Amino acid sequence: MSKRTPISTGSDWNFEVLTTYEREIARLADEYRLDIYPNQIEIITSEQMMDAYASVGMPVGYHHWSFGKQFLSVEQAYRRGQMGLAYELVINSDPCIAYLMEENTLMMQVLVMAHACYGHNSFFKGNYLFRTWTDASAIVDYLVFARKYVTECEERHGVAAVEQLLDACHALQNYGVDRYKRPSPISADEEARRQSEREAYLQSQVNLLWRTIPTPQDSVEPLEGDDEDPLGLHQSGRYPAEPQENLLYFIEKNAPLLAPWQREIVRIVRKLAQYFYPQRQTQVMNEGWATFWHYTLMNRLFDEGKVDEGLILEFLQSHTAVVAQQGFDSPYYNGINPYALGFAMFSDIKRICQEPTAEDREWFPDIAGSDWLDTLHFAMRNFKDESFIQQFLSPKVIRDLKLFSLVDDDTEEMLTITAIHDERGYQRIREALSTQYALSVREPNIQVWEADIRGDRSLTLHHVQDRRRPLAKSVYPVMRHLHQLWGFPVKLASMEGDEIVRRYQWPLPEDSDD
Amino acid sequence: MSYFIDRRLNARHKSEVNRQRFLDRYRTHIKRSVEEAVNRRSITDMERGEKVSIPARDISEPVFQHGPGGQRTIVSPGNKEFVEGDQLRRPGGGGGGGGSGEGNASNQGEGMDEFAFSLTREEFLDFVFDGLELPHLERKQLVDLEEVRPVRAGIARDGVPSRINIVRSMREAQARRIAMRAPIKRALREAIEALDAEERKDPVLRNPARITELKDEIERLEKRLDAVPFIDTYDLRYNNLVNQPQPSNKAVMFCIMDVSGSMTQSHKDIAKRFFLLLYLFLERNYEKVELVFVRHHTAAKEVDEEEFFYSRETGGTIVSSALSLVDSIITARYPAAQWNLYVAQASDGDNWDDDSTTCRQVLLKSLMPRLQYYTYVEITPHAHQALWEEYETVQDEFPERFAMRQIVESGDIYPVFRELFRRRSQQ
Repeated sequence: MSKRTPISTGSDWNFEVLTTYEREIARLADEYRLDIYPNQIEIITSEQMMDAYASVGMPVGYHHWSFGKQFLSVEQAYRRGQMGLAYELVINSDPCIAYLMEENTLMMQVLVMAHACYGHNSFFKGNYLFRTWTDASAIVDYLVFARKYVTECEERHGVAAVEQLLDACHALQNYGVDRYKRPSPISADEEARRQSEREAYLQSQVNLLWRTIPTPQDSVEPLEGDDEDPLGLHQSGRYPAEPQENLLYFIEKNAPLLAPWQREIVRIVRKLAQYFYPQRQTQVMNEGWATFWHYTLMNRLFDEGKVDEGLILEFLQSHTAVVAQQGFDSPYYNGINPYALGFAMFSDIKRICQEPTAEDREWFPDIAGSDWLDTLHFAMRNFKDESFIQQFLSPKVIRDLKLFSLVDDDTEEMLTITAIHDERGYQRIREALSTQYALSVREPNIQVWEADIRGDRSLTLHHVQDRRRPLAKSVYPVMRHLHQLWGFPVKLASMEGDEIVRRYQWPLPEDSDD
Repeated sequence: MSYFIDRRLNARHKSEVNRQRFLDRYRTHIKRSVEEAVNRRSITDMERGEKVSIPARDISEPVFQHGPGGQRTIVSPGNKEFVEGDQLRRPGGGGGGGGSGEGNASNQGEGMDEFAFSLTREEFLDFVFDGLELPHLERKQLVDLEEVRPVRAGIARDGVPSRINIVRSMREAQARRIAMRAPIKRALREAIEALDAEERKDPVLRNPARITELKDEIERLEKRLDAVPFIDTYDLRYNNLVNQPQPSNKAVMFCIMDVSGSMTQSHKDIAKRFFLLLYLFLERNYEKVELVFVRHHTAAKEVDEEEFFYSRETGGTIVSSALSLVDSIITARYPAAQWNLYVAQASDGDNWDDDSTTCRQVLLKSLMPRLQYYTYVEITPHAHQALWEEYETVQDEFPERFAMRQIVESGDIYPVFRELFRRRSQQ
């Protein structure tokens, strides 16, 4: 090891020192082929950090009480000291905005730069979900556009009206994404230019839909109630012909009574949901990747003598806390720590590439002994949490974390341990954990089934039950919100196979016991 | 590739709008908490924020979720002793506690039952005084426009040197200099050109008289040019101030308290809170609020706050002594034309029998015509005595500006206070 000439000593920082560190990290990151958006590193106060936090990571956002609620709870937790403020907050934009808090020590600033400005940043730029679903260069402009538009609506239509509409949209925002279709990227210019055009066009489309009497089609399965409809007036097929998973999109295009500005706001919420959609699916990977790189880069800085022992010790202590995983029976257990799991997995991929064991060769014949950096980049680019775990969760990581799976079935009296970290269990745990991270399993599968455009204009949704799991009670307030948007009765049927096991509707029927 | 931006000086409180939206939305919940806090808190406590809790279900943002039931597989870390096929008892929902240590790794996260957050002092007081209006503020604004305040009113040619507007003065001076020097300069230039032409002529053709004449002319013009003053009194401009009548923004609050032997410490505590509420209330509505503490037993005395609330006295009670003292203080220090005058009196209702009529006299004749508002709270669970009856006649005389209520225990204060100061428009 060469003799140590640290860039600085002590825990105080200034811009000059930060710039020097940043340049060193950039040089090393380049060696590792981390491809990033330009970094815009902003120094802010803790109060500003709370502000940033409350707006769920949007640098500008429209006004809504729920962000105020978020702010109050962050503030409360911070004041009580329950929560260290996030020491990193990074925004998927081009340039990539990362916040450094002024109270942080020098070590923290360097760590955050390595973690956010190179780890997360390269993930945003490289991962296929982000490449497909978000347009980093447009998001900030779009947010500004959205905020301006919402404010204008508030001025024109009143704060209360806009707030109610947003409440309703927020309740459905997880169902505002096309999962299997590549969306068009969002762009503020585009939006603003096309907006008035679209308003007029949209409204005409909706009018058309609700006015036209469609001609009966050939291949129509007869609907029930034939006796009451001898002329077959209702036999013109379901609308929509295929179930629609994007509820907000369906509402934006088809809700009979929404005014053009209301459709536009539905669209804004939908577009923002789309922007956050990749983040919800890559938590383990994203944090794991960033943590892996801050660990690697910090150690390289130390090896090259750019940081002193004090700093690296402080770093190790902080890093250890970040990747700590409590056992399920610990009072502090709060689910699987995505930092811990992600870091363990990326580190293990590197190990498998560099020092494969016989077990690794059996489990990972393709990557055992391959170039670790290539493999890591490949993993980062082409997977999301679900498939990443399915592909790369190694027996060693399962053993290290002592993972086990358990089945909770409400028809059984006892819970059953179905797999533990042993030879027989690896594959099953891997599958179960992968499923646990699948968005389609985490969230109920709900789709638009039918809009009764020739009848009472009611909207029917189908909930396809997954392993008999019912909907939580929150279904009623959500239905109420949906009803506000749709303007006519909304119904929801929980399906087990082809059989309806439970029906919900709003407004509640008169004789309801709920 | 990377650049740093220092945003620390940027506006804070980006979330302020959202915060206010939240507070507005849950106004009723918050008001309930605030009212409880006012009843519960001790006097020294009023000047800080308050922690407020709202039931989490009332403010939840609903989304479609899986409810309990059905079949689910949960992967958890930290296995110690389980082997495949083990059967475990389901951890009891309510009271079980699960000694076996099976933490049901619920990822549904129902969250806490209460959503807790803090109001700032300002917000807290806003809620305390929500719906309250300062009595008779309008009257002062409309009628007693006695106080005058100098207001900027453009630029004037006259004024005192301390108000010279330098920029405007210099601009005027420059304009004047340009205007006055231009014709001189033009004449000078013509004279110099003529002289030049004359001198370039053949010596034979020169006209010496003309040359002398031109030289004199040039000298004269140069003198005139120099004589144009750089700045003249004519140029001076002054910031103009005019006196504009202003509604008075000053208030003085007299606290009168009986400290005779019959007043116990708990009586005083109740009175204290009442005074405090009134003070906070006035403080929010006037720029400047002065406090005068007058305590009395058989004789009245003006004291400081500490002595007013905490020193002990014994003896009989003569209320009129305090009223007279207040009257003389007003006359001496707080002319009614300039000050909004408030009096708050707390007593247990005891008074020397024949003194109560004197009180009424003082109030009717001298005090009430000058006061904005007079509040009297009687802290007693017992029947009213002579003083109350005499005061009732005063109230009949000045129903708009004289208020009296009975208080039995500290919980009554806030409702009584609210009632005394309820927004006038609602009546």
